[in-house]
Amino acid sequence: MNFWIEIKENFAIAYKAITANKMRSFLATLGIVIGVTSVTLMQTAIEGINRAFEKSISAVGADVLYVQKFEWFGKEDFDFYRNRKDITMAQYDYLSNNAQTAAVMCPTTGTGKTLKYKDLVLENVFVVGTTYEYQETFGLNMEEGRFFTASESEGAYPVCVIGMDIKKAFFENQDPLGKTIKIGTYSFRVIGVIEKQGSLLGLFSLDNRVIIPIERFFNLFGGKRSLSINIKAADINNLDETKEEVRSIMRKARKVDYGERDDFGINQQEAFKTTYESLTGLIKIIGTLITSLSLIVGSVGIANIMFVSVKERTKEIGIRKAIGAKRSTIMYQFLIESVAICLLGGLIGIMISFPISLIIDAYVLPTAMPLWVIVLGIFVSLLFGVMAGFFPAFSASKMDPVESLRYE
Amino acid sequence: MMSNSNGSNSESATHLITVRNVTKLYVMGSEELYALKGISLGIEKNEYVAIMGPSGSGKSTLMNILGCLDTPTSGDYFLNGKNVSEMDDDELAEIRNREIGFVFQTFNLLPRSNALHNVELPLVYSGMHKSDRLERAEQALIDVGLQDRMKHKPNELSGGQRQRVAIARALVNNPSIILADEPTGNLDTRTGQEIMQLLEELNLQGNTIIIVTHEEDIAQHARRIVKIRDGDIEDDYLSKRGKEFQNAKTQ
Repeated sequence: MNFWIEIKENFAIAYKAITANKMRSFLATLGIVIGVTSVTLMQTAIEGINRAFEKSISAVGADVLYVQKFEWFGKEDFDFYRNRKDITMAQYDYLSNNAQTAAVMCPTTGTGKTLKYKDLVLENVFVVGTTYEYQETFGLNMEEGRFFTASESEGAYPVCVIGMDIKKAFFENQDPLGKTIKIGTYSFRVIGVIEKQGSLLGLFSLDNRVIIPIERFFNLFGGKRSLSINIKAADINNLDETKEEVRSIMRKARKVDYGERDDFGINQQEAFKTTYESLTGLIKIIGTLITSLSLIVGSVGIANIMFVSVKERTKEIGIRKAIGAKRSTIMYQFLIESVAICLLGGLIGIMISFPISLIIDAYVLPTAMPLWVIVLGIFVSLLFGVMAGFFPAFSASKMDPVESLRYE
Repeated sequence: MMSNSNGSNSESATHLITVRNVTKLYVMGSEELYALKGISLGIEKNEYVAIMGPSGSGKSTLMNILGCLDTPTSGDYFLNGKNVSEMDDDELAEIRNREIGFVFQTFNLLPRSNALHNVELPLVYSGMHKSDRLERAEQALIDVGLQDRMKHKPNELSGGQRQRVAIARALVNNPSIILADEPTGNLDTRTGQEIMQLLEELNLQGNTIIIVTHEEDIAQHARRIVKIRDGDIEDDYLSKRGKEFQNAKTQ
């Protein structure tokens, strides 16, 4: 028995059956169209939210580790972390001299200060003290000028690199390079502008910052601060290895006894993701379930139509059986019909949701319908077609030929 | 197995059809009804047999069993040497496809398919390729005189033409038997005569034909008449035509 010959015949039958009852097929398909449209749009929206999140934390750097007193999203209370020993330049030097798997690292500290240029004032600008390695660690590109050099940073030169927001505020239509600004009451010469960074989680602007040599920072604003040591791993795929190395060096530097827990945190972008997942995971699942519900309703509609279709065609089933159709042949006939309806609905659903996703992308939130969502839409409509068609098809295949031939 | 035979058909292996002690029991609630009460029958290749009986006699049940649409409650049915009574649904479907061509009183064509596709359908189920199928189906329609009605749908054909399509469909797979259930029941007398004429020609060409009817004059077209009453064979004799035929053969 040639399977493909039967399948081809069954497709022809399905086509005839669907086109013979156009209104009924249209209404049955509508349920699946709505279901697939909502499922694919939901997934597209989730994708958009994910992308927005990824973008908002990209400044953190996927390959950068942050050694700090605090642990991001840590479980202990604030005082627990605050009372830890400070992370010092000596520890930074020790780590810097011993770490093998780090590409580059820099210490950072920061504080909020008022900036002035002539009579222009910017309140509460974040001042970062760091070394020349900062640029490489975070992979920053310069909009104008340059970052400070090793000798400038070690020599505590009064130079600064500014963010785009500050450039806009102070130097709207002029060249900022070489100009002198005041950080607090101290003068600094602008030597570079960092290109636009955006913001972290949409909350903190990374462009409203001014970066100065860390030695200068200590001299002017006080040295008794805990640092953040920011380490770029040599290989992002070996981030965990770098993390372990950093941990053991830091434990040695801070004299943590064997068996005691770390008295510092090694933070990374991952922490944001984990927190994000735990916050949004349930919402995504619920959203997916609710949209799937519409698909289930749609497929119940199709199952219903298929039962009617089987009942109506009892005589036809009898005829087909009399001239040699096997159970499986009849089964496939109705399964293919229901799958064809669902697949058609799925394709129409995708054709509707795709342009809608473009509209969402243009006006609501940057997203794109990923290919896997289209594949999912097709797969899901296939699956629901089989599920909706199975019992009607099974009941058709089990029909007694004598009884069904007698059916009028 | 042979010891169970009731004697008259002991050389069963040589028959095209051998029915031995076949019963069919219908249970409706608490009531049991034997539609067939142990029928034994042998039919040879190229015979033309009419099964006659009033309604409720069990002739339809017998036809369903002979057509492999149903299986007996007990007893054996050998078709072409194969014991059909022990087959499952799919094996029966295959036997119906290859060995039996049905002609029904109500034609039973697929309403949405044209004549050609209706005739082609048994070949689809036997897994034949499209080009071969079309060739065979066209030939079968030509054989029943419908060469210019191939693309017509059943509702565009007269009753007689529909029955010819059904006969072409029954013939197309070269079955061992053509089983016709009241083939003229829905036709006027003249068209009915034409259909009986066609069946006669098919018999002369070597086909084995079994018709089920309650009409005496239709039964007279067959060479042998088997009368059924109350689930049993009442009579089994040669018709007038059958006797003429036998005389011609012996001379």
